[in-house]
Amino acid sequence: MEFLRPASWQEALAAKAEHPAAVPIAGGTDVMVEINFDHRRPAYLMDLNRVTELQEWEIGADTVRLGASVPYTKIMEHLRTELPGLALASHTVASPQIRNRGGVGGNLGTASPAGDAHPALLAGGGQVEAASVRGTRMIPLDDFYLGVKRNALEPDELIRAVHLRKASGPQQFSKVGTRNAMVIAVCAFGIALHPDTRTVRTGIGSAAPTPIRARTAEEFLTAALDEAGLWDSRGPVPPSVAGQFADLVAGAANPIDDVRGTASYRRHALGVMARRTLGWTWQEYRDAN
Amino acid sequence: MADQPRTAPARPGTSAAAPGRIPTSLTQGTGSATTKGGIGESTLRPDGILKVTGEFAYSSDLWHEDMLWGYTLRSTVAHARILSIDTGEALATSGVYAVLTYDDLPTEVKNYGLEIRDTPVLAHGKVRHHGEPVALVAADHPETARRAAAKIRVEYEELPVVTDEASATAPDAILVHEGRDDHHSGHVPHPNVVHRQPIVRGDADAAAARADVVVRGDYVFGMQDQAFLGPESGLAVPAEDGGVDLYVATQWLHSDLRQIAPVLGLPESKVRMTLSGVGGAFGGREDLSMQIHGCLLALRTGKPVKIVYNRFESFFGHVHRHPARLRYEHGATRDGKLTHVRCRIVLDGGAYASASPAVVGNAASLSIGPYVVDDVDIEALALYTNNPPCGAMRGFGAVQACFAYEAQMDKVAAELDLDPVEFRQRNAMEQGTIMPTGQPVDSPAPVAELLRRVKAMPLPPEQQWRTTEGADVRALPGGLSNTTHGEGVVRGVGYAVGIKNVGFSEGFDDYSTARVRIEVINGEPVATVHTAMAEVGQGGVTVHAQIARSELGVTQVTIQPADTRVGSAGSTSASRQTYMTGGAVKNTCEAVREKVLDLGRRRFGTYHPAWATAELLLEGGRVVTDGGEALADIADVLGDESVDLELEFRHRPTQAFDLRTGQGNGHVQYSFAAHRAVVEVDTELGLVKVVELACAQDVGKALNPLSVVGQIQGGTTQGLGVAVMEEIVVDPKTAKVRNPSFTDYLIPTILDTPTIPVDVLELADEHAPYGLRGVGEAPTLSSTPAVLAAIRQATGLELNRTPVRPEHLTGA
Ligand SMILES: Cc1cc2nc3c(=O)[nH]c(=O)nc-3n(C[C@H](O)[C@H](O)[C@H](O)COP(=O)(O)OP(=O)(O)OC[C@H]3O[C@@H](n4cnc5c(N)ncnc54)[C@H](O)[C@@H]3O)c2cc1C
Repeated sequence: MEFLRPASWQEALAAKAEHPAAVPIAGGTDVMVEINFDHRRPAYLMDLNRVTELQEWEIGADTVRLGASVPYTKIMEHLRTELPGLALASHTVASPQIRNRGGVGGNLGTASPAGDAHPALLAGGGQVEAASVRGTRMIPLDDFYLGVKRNALEPDELIRAVHLRKASGPQQFSKVGTRNAMVIAVCAFGIALHPDTRTVRTGIGSAAPTPIRARTAEEFLTAALDEAGLWDSRGPVPPSVAGQFADLVAGAANPIDDVRGTASYRRHALGVMARRTLGWTWQEYRDAN
Repeated sequence: MADQPRTAPARPGTSAAAPGRIPTSLTQGTGSATTKGGIGESTLRPDGILKVTGEFAYSSDLWHEDMLWGYTLRSTVAHARILSIDTGEALATSGVYAVLTYDDLPTEVKNYGLEIRDTPVLAHGKVRHHGEPVALVAADHPETARRAAAKIRVEYEELPVVTDEASATAPDAILVHEGRDDHHSGHVPHPNVVHRQPIVRGDADAAAARADVVVRGDYVFGMQDQAFLGPESGLAVPAEDGGVDLYVATQWLHSDLRQIAPVLGLPESKVRMTLSGVGGAFGGREDLSMQIHGCLLALRTGKPVKIVYNRFESFFGHVHRHPARLRYEHGATRDGKLTHVRCRIVLDGGAYASASPAVVGNAASLSIGPYVVDDVDIEALALYTNNPPCGAMRGFGAVQACFAYEAQMDKVAAELDLDPVEFRQRNAMEQGTIMPTGQPVDSPAPVAELLRRVKAMPLPPEQQWRTTEGADVRALPGGLSNTTHGEGVVRGVGYAVGIKNVGFSEGFDDYSTARVRIEVINGEPVATVHTAMAEVGQGGVTVHAQIARSELGVTQVTIQPADTRVGSAGSTSASRQTYMTGGAVKNTCEAVREKVLDLGRRRFGTYHPAWATAELLLEGGRVVTDGGEALADIADVLGDESVDLELEFRHRPTQAFDLRTGQGNGHVQYSFAAHRAVVEVDTELGLVKVVELACAQDVGKALNPLSVVGQIQGGTTQGLGVAVMEEIVVDPKTAKVRNPSFTDYLIPTILDTPTIPVDVLELADEHAPYGLRGVGEAPTLSSTPAVLAAIRQATGLELNRTPVRPEHLTGA
């Protein structure tokens, strides 16, 4: 195994172009596990830790440009206001040690359906900034996840950053695991209210081959809030609406039975989380008036 | 070669004075000038800070110049005929020194086992469970060894698997072991039953006729793993005399030795074992893991060989707690008195016997719990299946039974409309109660009192998660996963109490050996204690130093590394080591003391009449009379001489249980603990937060109160684990393990671990050293059923299975 240590972003892109099979390593909290257990034996390992700009973030007018290697701890500490859903999701990842190393770039690189960042990213909305020596392109998050642990990156591309919409309303993230910390999601749910566009977006984790949005549920709720004039009145969401939203979220999932949980439990739990997180975000929206 | 402790292998980069083994040879001072550091004090353990700061040298840290790395190729299927094994390509790999299969075993002894020698050192003709060792590789790098092993081609012809009682005992069931001729094979109902123990006492039918209520239940207990710190590992160093020096993390050196030596074709004197740094054991190190494999490779290659399992392999490297199916019937009269109990406990022993027979004996004899029941009809048995082998784990058969009988006690109480604690107290055993085996309980059995104590503790406040800034999710079910801010959360409270035997039972000749020496060093008397006791984290080395101080009146005690140069200390299991090896240290110290006093009488007897007339003690470095008068300094009594004795210590003999009636004085001592669990359940998501697990336990005498509380809290937490998360999931169709990693075999984190207030009772057992009772296991028993009872109270669900999973609580 050869170990590449590019000193700059340009060097990293050049190295990736030269060795498309090279496996980037950021926090290493996925890569090292795979290597330790011999699930992966790459010819080239490319350390991104000297590319310091990957660990930086910029807060713009409407978006946050979050460097691929910004660790979860930093997101929790510094981006709670701009990215509340992602900050909550970050808090549920593993343990403090892992949160000090791992970040969103790695979560996207692995593209596991159980990655905790994904539901929050999908609900918040944004784009992946993918770069190669050929140039930079923006991949909408909705198009990024292609299959189980497969993403839309080309072999010569690296993730430079994710561009995430700054929250214009409350966001929540919830995950079910069979222990109270340090657990891989049995299933997870993210929700973001976007009062600026009067829309609601969602993200579902660990309940389909890829992270997904519950689009029918989003459309239903967006329409129901609109029709009842609730964005303006800030009145309560009728229980029947919340209930149907929950059912549609549960219906959007395509889960399996595995050692972590059953498909039917996952569906059930998603419905409960959808109802509760809608309740929390909507209450926060009402209280913010 | 390496039979002196100071030549034990050092870690790279550290000096030879920091050998890669438990630092038991550290001299332990008293910590402060004012304390004596004797029994009853909470002296600190020498390994505590090292473990917490990551500096402790585990057996996996062992290192030797020129050493090779061993690797074990394991079966990828659970049950198959081995048609061929081709090692050619592996052997041809550069860096590989040896590849061994069954055909390379040097003697006619090719199997080992704790009680029944049914376990092949390497698979022969057949594999019987997923992960069974098939071949060994030694290479100059661990990766080379692993990759070479991957090149060994094993051709399997798969066989059907038996995985439960129905499939294993069907008339045409495939036999896991053909041609059994072990000492249990004659009395079992089917060759796929390892051992069966009925217990019949009184007349259950007649008593049932008197019952006003009869309650039945079927219960399932999942497979728990010991999940000890520090995976299996050790270093085998070939010696010039043709023998081998083995450094290993284990639970009983001499039991290992007895199994290893014949396979190697060596006399036991040529297999010298030294205990290396052990993280934990909980029963999981009673069976051999890498011991014989490492020695075989070392003797074959003539080089030191180290084997370290990773955590994945560790799940295949040791036995687990028996999963069980239990069927119970309890009867009671209106006034809340039990009339009878019938029960049937089926334990899954997996592919090899391991400790199954003894687990059966425990499960049967402790199956009705700490209650007075004169009419019982009990049956316990262990199966041979193609599931992972199961054997010893903290609580040893009593755990599974306690889970079921305590659920039953709650059910009967509910039927009678009685408070569950009150109902238990009405039936609680006491000193003098006759066990189902006919054995009287001949020391304090404060069962009702322990229940009273846990019930009397103040309850944690309701809705502790509420803060001025909203819900603190860490105090709620789901924790940091942020699943509820109080929605769906219901509190439940549950109680349980259990009974565990201490020491080896059923007629086993259970003894421990201790060697104690006293001499003067730099003008001060110093004691040296040498035993083969495996320090697996229980704090035995700390207690030995305390005992030596109390008995010999010295301050400085050196604990020698545990090895086989001294007699057996028996196993660090069955809650027995403080009783047994602690007892041996006490016993030998007393004999040493007599010799010191004899010496004193000879030297100074003429100077003071008290030498001849008074009761003499050693205290504070002096010989004193029981009246407190100092007669001489120990240093002056000893002068240049030393006293050095090695003695064995035995507990009261026990008897085997009759194979048909189960009658017999089978146990030495019992230990009792009671728990009250307070849980918060998210009833919609099925998530549980255990808020508090209060425990009261009688320990006879707390030799080291801090360690006692630590044991109780640890045992309690292990019981919590199997209540709500810990389970090895085995695919019933393939008998393969589905979650052999800490990613999916979950154990409690600190956030899952509740407050554990502990109330320690000290009612002396006059038969035991200092009146003490074994502590380690009892808290593991009652913790699980208490949590289950609390969850039942919160949800109203029946919950006949542990661990409880979210889908069991939501019905989804
Ligand atoms: C004990 C433990 C617990 C865990 N618990 C959780 C959990 O609760 N929730 C969860 O979601 N995850 C969990 N993980 C997984 C892991 O921590 C996360 O997926 C984390 O986000 C990975 O980030 P990293 O920087 O460590 O990635 P790395 O391991 O460095 O990389 C992961 C993948 O992304 C690729 N990659 C990294 N950076 C880039 C880049 N800039 N461009 C292109 N590809 C890139 C790598 O090549 C690799 O394929 C856990 C891991 C461990 C070891």
